[in-house]
Amino acid sequence: MSPKKTLATSARVLKQLSHDHRTLGLLFVVPLVLLGLLAWVYSGNPFMFDVIGPALLGVFPLVVMFLTTSIATLRERRTGTLERLMIMPVGKLDIILGYALSFGLLAVIQAVLASTVAVHLYGLDVAGPAWFLIVVAVADALLGTMLGLLASAFARSEFQAVQFMPAFILPQFLLCGLLVPVDQLPSVLHFIANCLPLTYAVDAMNLVARQSDLTAHMFKDLAVVLAFALAAVLLGAATLRRKTK
Amino acid sequence: MHDADPVVAAKGLSVVRAGARVLDDLTFGMQAGNITGLIGPSGSGKTTLMRAVVGAQEIAHGTLDVLGLPAGSKRLRQRIGYVTQTPAVYPDLSALQNLRYFAAILGVNKAEVDHVLKIVDMQRIGKQLVGTMSGGQQARVSLAVALLGEPELLVLDEPTVGLDPVLRKHLWELFADLARQGRSLLVSSHVMDEAEQCSDLLLLRDGKILSFSSKQELLDKTHTANVHDAFLALAEGDR
Repeated sequence: MSPKKTLATSARVLKQLSHDHRTLGLLFVVPLVLLGLLAWVYSGNPFMFDVIGPALLGVFPLVVMFLTTSIATLRERRTGTLERLMIMPVGKLDIILGYALSFGLLAVIQAVLASTVAVHLYGLDVAGPAWFLIVVAVADALLGTMLGLLASAFARSEFQAVQFMPAFILPQFLLCGLLVPVDQLPSVLHFIANCLPLTYAVDAMNLVARQSDLTAHMFKDLAVVLAFALAAVLLGAATLRRKTK
Repeated sequence: MHDADPVVAAKGLSVVRAGARVLDDLTFGMQAGNITGLIGPSGSGKTTLMRAVVGAQEIAHGTLDVLGLPAGSKRLRQRIGYVTQTPAVYPDLSALQNLRYFAAILGVNKAEVDHVLKIVDMQRIGKQLVGTMSGGQQARVSLAVALLGEPELLVLDEPTVGLDPVLRKHLWELFADLARQGRSLLVSSHVMDEAEQCSDLLLLRDGKILSFSSKQELLDKTHTANVHDAFLALAEGDR
């Protein structure tokens, strides 16, 4: 591993994206539009927006970052540039961390933008400190990025990569506590929900929405989300092969 | 300048992919400072052999040494330049951005970026996005990447396919230049007239070596006037 090569990779990924204005626009604008739509839907019942808004503020960036990252890294695998890199003097982690850094940066911008607009423009009212809301949104977007990196390893085509979104993310969405609180799920599903990162992401969001004080519980949730993100990065690097069979 | 130690040495090399034997018991030694042509029809195993040499392909049986080390060794990663059939460069970056990135990965001085761009005669459009270039221009960017760091061994998989004849001639002159500087080149082609430009020839058919010798020895052995006829004579005699 070399920090210089990690940073070179990350700068390269950002340069690639800088030539693609439409993707960047969609990346930043889509979560804002979705949250605005949600605020509008609940305009007759702002209490419900305050209940559901924070949880979805965690989910939207995660979904968008998951898709963008998995397609971008899959492209690297399919154009032959990854094979070229794999026979060069560069570590697998340099490449994965390079991607994680650049997409992580985008995730941070996106989450900060979405939570700021939700609180100040759409009037999302949270009991806890707004900065913690932003921190959790950033962690969720990072988790989406890292899961996307990992998922791309198992996709052979863009079609498969897109299908991984419903396969990886939607089950987590159903079980995360948004539809039915996790402790009211059937016991098997309750157990499964406790093994999925989105459950902790949504739990942290719900806590900060309802409680005015920061609690150890909130930080535990945040730590679990970040631990899943880290595990996904390491697994992603482990899936890279220098030689094919 | 035939060195004692071969640049690429294969002993009983076999590669099995998806249950099929793609390379079957190859034994040869490629000489340093030569252009060795890897000639054979599509599907004969040329690309698989090249991928094995650069260390991207797992070997089933036998040994394959490159520059005195087992293929795929960590210490070889700085010393081999590889050009794949389809240009392995980033279409959404300019030629310069591509070269600067790979230079950073190889730990190569930035001044060399301009040098290799000049070698492939692309300095005028270095700032253009690779995705908007013609196929020939993209191929040259990919070749420029392989030239970074002055690798001792260049492995070029059909580097001139689909290029205009003037450019093809220019590239073969470049390959000859590189060989004169003491670099070794392994160049694959399915175009027999390109084989005429090589000093040594490895003819491959169905994953087996049909012949490996200098070009002159091949023509003498088969009593033919060109490589095309020599290949035919050998392939028909093999039946």
